[in-house]
Amino acid sequence: MVDTSVALSGIRLDNPVIPASGTFGYGAEFAELYDINCLGTFSFKGTTLSPRFGNPTPRIAETPGGMLNAVGLQNPGVEKVIAEELPRLREIFRKPVMANVSGFSIDEYVQTCALLDKEEQVGWLEVNISCPNVHGGGMAFGSSPEAAAEVTRAVKAATKKPVYMKLSPNVTDIAAVARACQDAGADGVSLINTLLAMRIDLKTKRPLLANGTGGLSGPAVFPVAVRMVYQVYEAVDIPIIGMGGVSSAEDVIEMMLAGAAAVEVGAANLVSPFVCRDIIRDLPEAMKKYGINSLTEIIGGAHHG
Amino acid sequence: MTQGIYRIEYNRRLTADVWEMRLTGDTGAVTAPGQFINIKLEGLFLRRPISICDWDGEGITIIYKVVGRGTAALSGAEPGQDLDVLCGLGNGFDVSKCGERTVVIGGGVGVPPMYGLAKALQKAGKTPIAVLGFNKKEEIFYEDQFRALGIETTVTTVDGSYGVKGFVTDALRSSYDYFCACGPLPMLKAVYNATATSGLLSFEERMGCGFGACMGCSCKTKYGNKRICKDGPVLEKEEIIW
Ligand SMILES: Cc1cc2nc3c(=O)[nH]c(=O)nc-3n(C[C@H](O)[C@H](O)[C@H](O)COP(=O)(O)OP(=O)(O)OC[C@H]3O[C@@H](n4cnc5c(N)ncnc54)[C@H](O)[C@@H]3O)c2cc1C
Ligand SMILES: Cc1cc2nc3c(=O)[nH]c(=O)nc-3n(C[C@H](O)[C@H](O)[C@H](O)COP(=O)(O)O)c2cc1C
Ligand code: FES
Repeated sequence: MVDTSVALSGIRLDNPVIPASGTFGYGAEFAELYDINCLGTFSFKGTTLSPRFGNPTPRIAETPGGMLNAVGLQNPGVEKVIAEELPRLREIFRKPVMANVSGFSIDEYVQTCALLDKEEQVGWLEVNISCPNVHGGGMAFGSSPEAAAEVTRAVKAATKKPVYMKLSPNVTDIAAVARACQDAGADGVSLINTLLAMRIDLKTKRPLLANGTGGLSGPAVFPVAVRMVYQVYEAVDIPIIGMGGVSSAEDVIEMMLAGAAAVEVGAANLVSPFVCRDIIRDLPEAMKKYGINSLTEIIGGAHHG
Repeated sequence: MTQGIYRIEYNRRLTADVWEMRLTGDTGAVTAPGQFINIKLEGLFLRRPISICDWDGEGITIIYKVVGRGTAALSGAEPGQDLDVLCGLGNGFDVSKCGERTVVIGGGVGVPPMYGLAKALQKAGKTPIAVLGFNKKEEIFYEDQFRALGIETTVTTVDGSYGVKGFVTDALRSSYDYFCACGPLPMLKAVYNATATSGLLSFEERMGCGFGACMGCSCKTKYGNKRICKDGPVLEKEEIIW
């Protein structure tokens, strides 16, 4: 028997597979398809203090090997999430969930995290300082080590839950931002969010997305994500949640060898709704194939020797 | 919703760029006319949403227009080939809301879902009438299929090369007590303004998933925010905000 379990800040996960924020809603759509209790956990839709409709449509465009999105953090707001989504979630998911939080000011991050801190089912806070699709906030906080550290410190003071800072790949030195988060008290980092990108419609000769730019994700970004996880692993001692283009058990293993303690799966859920269930099913076989007995033992394996 | 493998039974040209494809496979997830399927195609990341035109216990008929890489690839697919399909997506038309004499209005590739709807209305004991709008005579398809149902059918062409000259709204003369419409946005808007009765309209949006997970297809309505793919594509006239 191979061991697929991992741990994130003292909470054990049966396996490292975590559907990524924004691609899994609050779980309900997928619970209609399969028993989502098979997941390690999942990261729910980016939640903000106030309700948000998000950006105008079109919000989605196709790219070679992936997609652009400019959803713009559409969510019902933290109070409704607590009042309506979390009770519904309790019915379909028995495990601790990862609460993904966004904000437009430090104060908003703090207030939202403080409210979620009281929720028993929330295991971890994943603080998104890297959304490329909103103005005046989001990615701005993840763009400099100083701003990232400031959000980290403020959020850490507002919660007892482990805090994972979600980092942007749209920076010159992601390792420096990760280190700043660690120094400011982050329990972990998660990366990467989407890469700032654009498509132009040849018929209208205008950007395809109403927002102009969007975030690129899917298999196309996988090698970029592996490289960044590898670099961040060299720079910090806290756990890394790796993501970006993961769509198979082999990808999970590769991401963990680069340094990820757990792995999120995003865009793949949208086109293959059963992909996380299938990855979890395929992991033991893939581990045997590569002579791996325990996934925990391979974290950062590519750095040794 | 289900994910399944569907075999292409036939794939034939109806007009210069519109094709009809019959897929055999599980149709258990189809609950209403106007729902759609989402098709995975080799080498393309996102699935392609196409309305269910007709269905029975053995399979589904779709009609699609070639407009880009995905639909071009679909038109090249051969009978016997398998397709990975998400089936039974969206709310579809609620037949119980429709009147005894509902006019079903389709424009271009908005016509296909109206065929399954017309059949469902008949099955429910109602007497639908059909108005089908096209640009010109060469682009007309499915007129005979609608007539074969024994339905009063009016065809309009913008250039007057066949049927009533003008838009679908120019053919809304016959008395009706409810309407259902699917077609390009300008047509839906014109129908919305030209109709005196209540009705249902089916919308399109660029989609990430097609089953409600990504918030890629959201719109605002008087009843709150909705996802075209999951809470739609069919919306009530009364809730629409243009
Ligand atoms: C609910 C729904 C039902 C539909 N039913 C039908 C139908 O019955 N028959 C038919 O011919 N067409 C239908 N369409 C439109 C059809 O989805 C697009 O024509 C098709 O996706 C184009 O793909 P492509 O690769 O050929 O074009 P490309 O332009 O190369 O596609 C690029 C991307 O844009 C998306 N896209 C392009 N046009 C549209 C569009 N109009 N709506 C949504 N996404 C689009 C594609 O899905 C793809 O992700 C429907 C759309 C929706 C949303
Ligand atoms: C449609 C969509 C919505 C997303 N929404 C969020 C979000 O609300 N919060 C967040 O932190 N990341 C969000 N992301 C980013 C993903 O969580 C993930 O970091 C990124 O897509 C890379 O992983 P992938 O290549 O597997 O998709 C979103 C991604 C997509 C495709
Ligand atoms: S396309 Fe994903 S929610 Fe509608």
